[in-house]
Amino acid sequence: MKSNYEKFKSVCSILEKYSFDKSKLIPILQATQEEYKYLPQEVLTFISSALNISPANVYGVATFYSHFSLIPKGKHIIRVCDGTACHVKKSESIIEALRKKLNLNNSQTTTKDMLFTLETVSCLGTCGLSPAVVLDGKVYGQMTPSKAIALIDQIKE
Amino acid sequence: MEKYLMINGIKVFFDNEKNILEVIRKAKIELPTFCYHSELSTYGSCRLCMVEVESMGIIPACSTPPSSGMVINTNTEKIINLRKIVIELLLANHDRECTTCQKSQSCKLQTLARRLGIETVRFKNVVRKTDKDLSTYALVRQQDKCILCGDCVRFCDEIQSIGALGFVNRGSKSVVCPSFSKDLELSECVYCGQCSRVCPTGAVIPRSEVKEVWKALSDKNKKVIVAIAPAVRAAIGEVFGFTRENGTEAAGKIVTALKIMGFYKVFDVSFTADMTIVEEANEFLERIKEGNNIPLFTSCCPAWVKFVEQYYPEFIKNLSTCRSPQGMYGAIARRIMPNVLSVKKEDLVVVSVMPCTAKKYEARRRELANNGEIDIDYVITTQELAIMIEESGLRFQDLDAYAFDMPLGFKTGAGVIFGNSGGVTEAVLRNVASDITGGEYDESEQFSFVRGDDGIREAKINLLGRELKIAIVYGLKNARQILRELKTQKRKYDFVEVMACPGGCIGGAGQPVYNDLATRKNRTRILYENDKTLELHKPQDNPYVQKIYNDYLGSKPGSKKAHEYLHTHYTYKKRFKESVKISEKNSKGLEVNVCFGNHCMKKGSKEILKHIVDYVENKNYKDKVNIAASICLEKCFSAPNVKVADTTISHASNESVKEAIDKEIK
Repeated sequence: MKSNYEKFKSVCSILEKYSFDKSKLIPILQATQEEYKYLPQEVLTFISSALNISPANVYGVATFYSHFSLIPKGKHIIRVCDGTACHVKKSESIIEALRKKLNLNNSQTTTKDMLFTLETVSCLGTCGLSPAVVLDGKVYGQMTPSKAIALIDQIKE
Repeated sequence: MEKYLMINGIKVFFDNEKNILEVIRKAKIELPTFCYHSELSTYGSCRLCMVEVESMGIIPACSTPPSSGMVINTNTEKIINLRKIVIELLLANHDRECTTCQKSQSCKLQTLARRLGIETVRFKNVVRKTDKDLSTYALVRQQDKCILCGDCVRFCDEIQSIGALGFVNRGSKSVVCPSFSKDLELSECVYCGQCSRVCPTGAVIPRSEVKEVWKALSDKNKKVIVAIAPAVRAAIGEVFGFTRENGTEAAGKIVTALKIMGFYKVFDVSFTADMTIVEEANEFLERIKEGNNIPLFTSCCPAWVKFVEQYYPEFIKNLSTCRSPQGMYGAIARRIMPNVLSVKKEDLVVVSVMPCTAKKYEARRRELANNGEIDIDYVITTQELAIMIEESGLRFQDLDAYAFDMPLGFKTGAGVIFGNSGGVTEAVLRNVASDITGGEYDESEQFSFVRGDDGIREAKINLLGRELKIAIVYGLKNARQILRELKTQKRKYDFVEVMACPGGCIGGAGQPVYNDLATRKNRTRILYENDKTLELHKPQDNPYVQKIYNDYLGSKPGSKKAHEYLHTHYTYKKRFKESVKISEKNSKGLEVNVCFGNHCMKKGSKEILKHIVDYVENKNYKDKVNIAASICLEKCFSAPNVKVADTTISHASNESVKEAIDKEIK
């Protein structure tokens, strides 16, 4: 785990790398999210001040894209595809099973122990593997609720 | 060859119009729009200005440039249905409590629903009820009235360069609000309120204090005094259907109306505007003589003052320390009037009528308070005054005109033109010129070269044995440009007048809502003509101003007493209160804040932070020191800054910070 200081130092380097160019806001936010795993409010404020744009502007961009998160995410990120192909192959039942397994209620996406975050995505472009699940960047195809739960159990062990 | 469009079968010529909407409107067809404002960038979101163009199909007029020979139809059945659906969908997602909405009758959504013949809304109402944002005295935001046209967002960003409001989320979850969905009070908003003027609905409105004023009026033990700002008389007629006079009639009718409502005395802020000039001109002469804090910035506009305090603390010293006319009225009303009117201090209620939403904020500024007590109890806008007149059932247009009460009712033309952009400058020149030369400069047209419509105007005049350079600015984006160029010495001025609103106070957000330049220009005309009808034009000739100075303010401008009553001070208004945590643990130890504002970053705050982190590590202070990166400490001109406990170290170095940490820990 990086220390707060290292993370902040990285944000400064990111800003320098993009020469404090406001038109590079999105790549700057992407790189910042890599560091913190989400976008803390005070860091967004810092970025807006450094780029000389209003915080409302930065906040607008950060809330527009579902890729950006303003709340901390879990250690492991599970993305269940809910695109058309996966949806007709019952991706919903996978989502339901995972929610139950992880004890997440409707609006919650991250477990209390900060171990897992469950997200849905609109299409991964791997419709041939539908229904698909991505766990920490690795794609798993032709999933079923029980296979998905097995993945979680594997990590927990 | 002349360029033309065929609009509904009629040939319409055009030359420089940037889109076909402008050409269509030139042809006297009022194509409906929500999101189009000629002064703002084209957004094209409301889809109401759709027209049918031969061989192009249905296109938005606002974002289509004209090309000669286009055949355009603005009213086909298809388009009419399309517009109706747009309005119906908006209404389905709108809080339709029109009867109790403050924007009723000046609401564009309401007007267009009627104009386009909407008889039923075929869709279920799905609006999510939201709470009002009542965090400021100036404005009220109500999300469920918002139609997402983005006019407020663009005005705040493009004309005022503030960007306090922005779009948040996307699709059906989109809303407009300040950053991090905070209350407006916590944003960078300067309360100019222009968002409420351009808002087609009631999603942002000036905060009303009408109820409170009625309550004070009905209290038998209270004497309620009121003063009206110059710009109010220029616009109130619009509500009651007379706009062709010169302001004298309107002002007189306002006095009558206010007297009928039960106000004890009705004064004119133009009187204290005269005082402001006398005091400010004196300050200007002193600064010129000593060569200090030049250029002098006017300080009558509270939105501009907050802007400087927030973004350019290094220029605070340039702001005139004179209170605004409202501020002076407050001081005189609260501290001198009880004596003059033989009213007990605690029985006096002080009200002002302003064209402005920021004045509501100004009245509550702690810098204007006297021993913690604010001078002005309530500030109502021209809009609220009109509502009070209507509530009273008065036929305003038929009222007789009455005279203002003395002594704060007598004014010269200088105090009246204050409401126009350039008015303060012109008034100061009238004062300074005759003071210096002793000559007769009483013609009201003498300095009319400072008038005009442009957002940045310059003037030169030979006075005081030198050439004085003057800038007159409206719109805060223009002001930002001037400040930037003053900083880099690209421009040099002796006197800078800034008003936040287009056209000055007459275009204020508290005025009746207007959407066309002609209305604004008419207001400007009214004030200049009002000046002409008055007997005196130089503020120093006002005998009542002289009398107040003689009786209460040490006989002359700039005296000790005058400073106590008529001047104020300014403070840094920190924009951001956030800081980024650097320490791992949250100990209750010593707070060390390294500024990471732009200036400090350039001057090496990164290196200083590294040193502090290393030092704390080496000395094993980890449990005793809390390090954070602050944005920002607002002392940009002495960058880099580090705050150790409560002391800010300016021009900080590794050594000075280490020393301070050691000292605090031991």
